[in-house]
Amino acid sequence: MELAIRRQLVPRLIGATPRAGWVALAAFGLVAFVILPALHLLAPAGSRLHVSGYVITVGGKIMCYAIVAVALDLIWGYGGILSLGHGLFFALGGYAFGMYLMRSIGREGVYQADLPDFMVFLDWKSLPWYWRGTDHAPWAFLLVVAVPALLALVFGLFAFRSRIRGVYFSIITQALTFAAMLFFFRNETGFGGNNGFTDFKRIMGFSVTAPATRVVLFVLTAAMLAATLVATRYLVRSKFGRILTAIRDSESRVMFLGYDPLPYKLFAWTVSAVLCAVAGALYVPQVGIINPSEMSPGNSIEIAIWVAVGGRGTLVGAVIGAALVNLAKSWFTAAFPEYWLFFLGLLFILVTRFMPEGVVGLGRRLLGGRPA
Amino acid sequence: MSAARLSPGGGGSVLESAGMVHVAERGVLDASHGVILYLEGITVSFDGFRALNQLTLYVDKGELRCVIGPNGAGKTTMMDVITGKTRPESGTAFFGQTMDLTRMSEAEIAHAGIGRKFQKPTVFERHTVFENLELALKADRRVRASLFARLGDDARDRIAEMLRFIRLAEEADRPAGLLSHGQKQWLEIGMLLVQEPQLLLLDEPVAGMSDDETERTAELIASLAGKHSVVVVEHDMEFIARLGGKVTVLDEGAVLAEGTLQAVQGDPRVVEVYLGR
Repeated sequence: MELAIRRQLVPRLIGATPRAGWVALAAFGLVAFVILPALHLLAPAGSRLHVSGYVITVGGKIMCYAIVAVALDLIWGYGGILSLGHGLFFALGGYAFGMYLMRSIGREGVYQADLPDFMVFLDWKSLPWYWRGTDHAPWAFLLVVAVPALLALVFGLFAFRSRIRGVYFSIITQALTFAAMLFFFRNETGFGGNNGFTDFKRIMGFSVTAPATRVVLFVLTAAMLAATLVATRYLVRSKFGRILTAIRDSESRVMFLGYDPLPYKLFAWTVSAVLCAVAGALYVPQVGIINPSEMSPGNSIEIAIWVAVGGRGTLVGAVIGAALVNLAKSWFTAAFPEYWLFFLGLLFILVTRFMPEGVVGLGRRLLGGRPA
Repeated sequence: MSAARLSPGGGGSVLESAGMVHVAERGVLDASHGVILYLEGITVSFDGFRALNQLTLYVDKGELRCVIGPNGAGKTTMMDVITGKTRPESGTAFFGQTMDLTRMSEAEIAHAGIGRKFQKPTVFERHTVFENLELALKADRRVRASLFARLGDDARDRIAEMLRFIRLAEEADRPAGLLSHGQKQWLEIGMLLVQEPQLLLLDEPVAGMSDDETERTAELIASLAGKHSVVVVEHDMEFIARLGGKVTVLDEGAVLAEGTLQAVQGDPRVVEVYLGR
């Protein structure tokens, strides 16, 4: 029986994403796996076809953000749980993998010591216990998933069991990420204080700045984004997804039908946190730095804006929202750096007032389709 | 409905085909003494106001019971106690002889076999009518099962049958939010029935219904008695007369009178409560 269910799972995973979705994913795969890498690596730097390293890095970064947006959409759009602390899980994943990257520097740091530079600077003589084993990539991968998952599980268990909902839940998640930021700012915590981790040299033995390494990370990120979309689409199309939306719309009805909402919320919440963490781990080697500002409350609020702009409860909208807002941000922060936050606030007000279903909802209305 | 369940184990096929797996897992309903619900000396206060005052009430297996009483008599609070929404300060509430309702969560109580229809119809408005019934259908309620669940033919048949029974077959694929008020009430009753509860609690099932809808609902509820135990809270005397069955009159959180509708209506204390105000 167990095996039969497993065997059915692959066709059902495939079946959950509609045909149009697969066409879009195939087009995305062609661009991300073939065209962009080829144009970056093979086209000579002077040629008009050449894609610069900057494009690859920004693209990879935005895809990491898109994964985070999809993760938030899963619990906010479908579960009705608005987290304003998802930046924390993203940062934890980044820090967990950053530990490995720091250890990979070896003796090539400024102080040419076995310990990471910031520890030498603090005059520490040995690694703290929680750094043990972080020079092994598999252990780092495990930490990337396990630490945020555990935190999400424990936090979610207490919050959902106490039936904390709505704006109260959002505020507590803000407080959580803010508290974590202050904790990581401290030098004594052992994560490099306000400088965080940077100056990475190698990843799995390869130079982090080499074009080929960048392309591999870019392709991995694209694959992770595609996998995230397919998996979350399966989740929301399954009976689990229908129960999750039922909890969002009428939790007491769900309870009186004999379902305990707690494990449903907890599962969606933890999956969402782990997706963020994986995105964070992919982000750090591409951007080359992780510091506590990733946990600032503003960052987490921005994630919610991406989802609102793209369209809640649509998954693909989260990707579109993350891309649009971040492209706008790149341009804005270069052209009018001091006005970005005002623009972001204005955008949020306009979207919630005039486009409650975001870009995707607007698109559907223009195409005359029925609202989601 | 064993086919609706997708628990992988596959063992205990005898129990499964008898549809008894959940009951066996969560403690068997023991109503061997002929009584399904025991409420004894239940007291609930809100800020000093006694919503229920030493309420004692028994419901027999298969019985159709109507509960009436003026506003504030404690009818809805009684429902809340039975379904675990409100915990009594004192008194005992048992489902069958063995299940202590005051120690169970809302979900556990629902799972054990008590279904509740709210005063205001509550269905999942954005889900289709079919999906509403699918979620209510008796099946494994755990996350793991929901992740891999697939509707079997038996389950589809059961839903189709219920759609006909509540006269919503034409509306199966429409969002439940688009139904009329009366249709929502029926859908909610249908959602209760596919859970296959032992005890149904119906809070004002015909509120806001037209005469025609009221009549059809009365037929529907009367047809449930015998198979299920049903407790109906209602104001509409005509409707109660149509249902038949024993009537309990609540006043100020306690039972004022109990008996047939005629006997209760002839009781001078009841007349005073209803007309004296």
